[in-house]
Amino acid sequence: MDDSLRELYQDVILDHSKHPRHFGKLEGATNTAQGHNPLCGDRVTVQLIVDEDDRIADVKFEGKGCAISQASASLMTDMIAGRTVAEVEQVMGGFLNLVKGETVEGLDEDDRERLDVMAGVSAFPMRVKCATLAWHTMKSALEGGETAVSE
Amino acid sequence: MTAQTKIASAFDPVAARADFEILSKTVYGKPLVYLDNGASAQKPRQVLDAMRDFASSEYANVHRGVHYLSARATDRYEAARRTVQKFLNAAHEDEIVFTKGGTEAINLVAYSYLVPRIQPGDEIVLTVMEHHSNIVPWHFLRERQGAVLKWVDVRDDGSLDVEAIDAAIGPKTKLVAVTHVSNVLGTVTPLKEIAARAHAKGVPVLADGCQGAVHEIVDVRDLDVDFYVLTAHKLYGPTGIGALYCKRALLKSMRPFNGGGEMIREVTRDIVTYADPPARFEAGTPPIIESVGLAAALDYMQSFDRAAVRAHEHDLLTYAREGVRPFNWLRVIGDAPGKAAILSFEADGMHAHDLATILDREGVAVRAGHHCAQPLMERFGVASTTRASFALYNTRAEVDALIAALAKARKILG
Repeated sequence: MDDSLRELYQDVILDHSKHPRHFGKLEGATNTAQGHNPLCGDRVTVQLIVDEDDRIADVKFEGKGCAISQASASLMTDMIAGRTVAEVEQVMGGFLNLVKGETVEGLDEDDRERLDVMAGVSAFPMRVKCATLAWHTMKSALEGGETAVSE
Repeated sequence: MTAQTKIASAFDPVAARADFEILSKTVYGKPLVYLDNGASAQKPRQVLDAMRDFASSEYANVHRGVHYLSARATDRYEAARRTVQKFLNAAHEDEIVFTKGGTEAINLVAYSYLVPRIQPGDEIVLTVMEHHSNIVPWHFLRERQGAVLKWVDVRDDGSLDVEAIDAAIGPKTKLVAVTHVSNVLGTVTPLKEIAARAHAKGVPVLADGCQGAVHEIVDVRDLDVDFYVLTAHKLYGPTGIGALYCKRALLKSMRPFNGGGEMIREVTRDIVTYADPPARFEAGTPPIIESVGLAAALDYMQSFDRAAVRAHEHDLLTYAREGVRPFNWLRVIGDAPGKAAILSFEADGMHAHDLATILDREGVAVRAGHHCAQPLMERFGVASTTRASFALYNTRAEVDALIAALAKARKILG
């Protein structure tokens, strides 16, 4: 099989997409946004509880989409729970670098390692938007926006 | 096997493939299997050569200059119009208006025909399987002039009940807008009966033939539709050109849509008078080289026994339908009797985009998404589908490649 395909659909990705973490509705959410990819019609809702220390106390997502978008959303929720908004922005910056095949900046080794399962996306330019949808939606929620469209 | 041999003797897809250079390319080191013809078809060398030859030896602007080349170009442009006329079996060449594509042709009908005729509460009847290009122009009239869209459902197999159309046509209906062939389901609609029912109530019919002109043999006089729309790029021709067929009397009654050069009789500081159709609807420099390409594409299609081509495409569809039958994780959407060679499906636990990505790496090009038919996706309760759409140059071996790639995708994603 094609190596880039094997990397894209590696077990960790398929596991995240089939058994998404933090999936469902979040009671008492302080920030919510919906994301939409007009290309494929995929939708995702990201809900956050941001506490007074600017920390993501809890996060959940809901939606339907391809394996890439679901896995990316699941991985994202895993990685941002408990982090400060400033840290989350840094992780997101590194993630965007990674999936676009750019030099990854500002990630510590542990984050880099966890995000690395998404690196295969960079070989599939048509699929980058699938991977970034949940992240843009999360950012929109943090900024108080209600909707985000895959860029 | 007898049926196969018979088809092969009437139409040879393998021989036709030699006309399409792109079909011999490889992608990711695998032979290209191009099954995205519903989005756009590949172009044979006959079309590409005709455009290049014309541009290198006869090109100038049309309907303007008195010089040699302008006369030659005008002749070719008007000859292309006659080629479209004959292809559709229209009665008159002035019933053919060149547009930049199917979308513009439908917008032309919306603005030139319907806008001046519609009052708040007037109705436009359309089906849930229309392409967005045959929906959004009517939404404009809903938003801006208070028109009401009356949606006609399809049966679960994707077929359209003419009685359902008839029942939707009321005293306030101003137009029935219906596809000839669904770009998702492949359903062929009973256009002739729809036109008869609509006309009995004094309502004109627009047929979106963007897929229909490719897969069906169209006779607009027999169908008796008032408007028929086609686009060249799905007919093995170039992008940037399409055509609207409209009955002569109707076309004469319509006001222009775009204003500019070539569509006027006289312009003064105070008044403007318009040219007769079709020039009235062709403002500005038209797609001249593309018109030659469109004519070459239609000539190319008609160089074959079209009934045999249709039988070949139908054989591919049947073969593919049988090929996916063992996949109990795959659900075909659209099984209408006599449907055209378009196969849409969804797969358990596999999103269309993931499926299409894996197929792509096997060299198999399909379309994944909502196919610009979101109301239809909603009707069948899916966000998107994967679609294989066949053309005259596809083969059973390519269907085999599709089936093998689907099995592989199941292995990876399942």
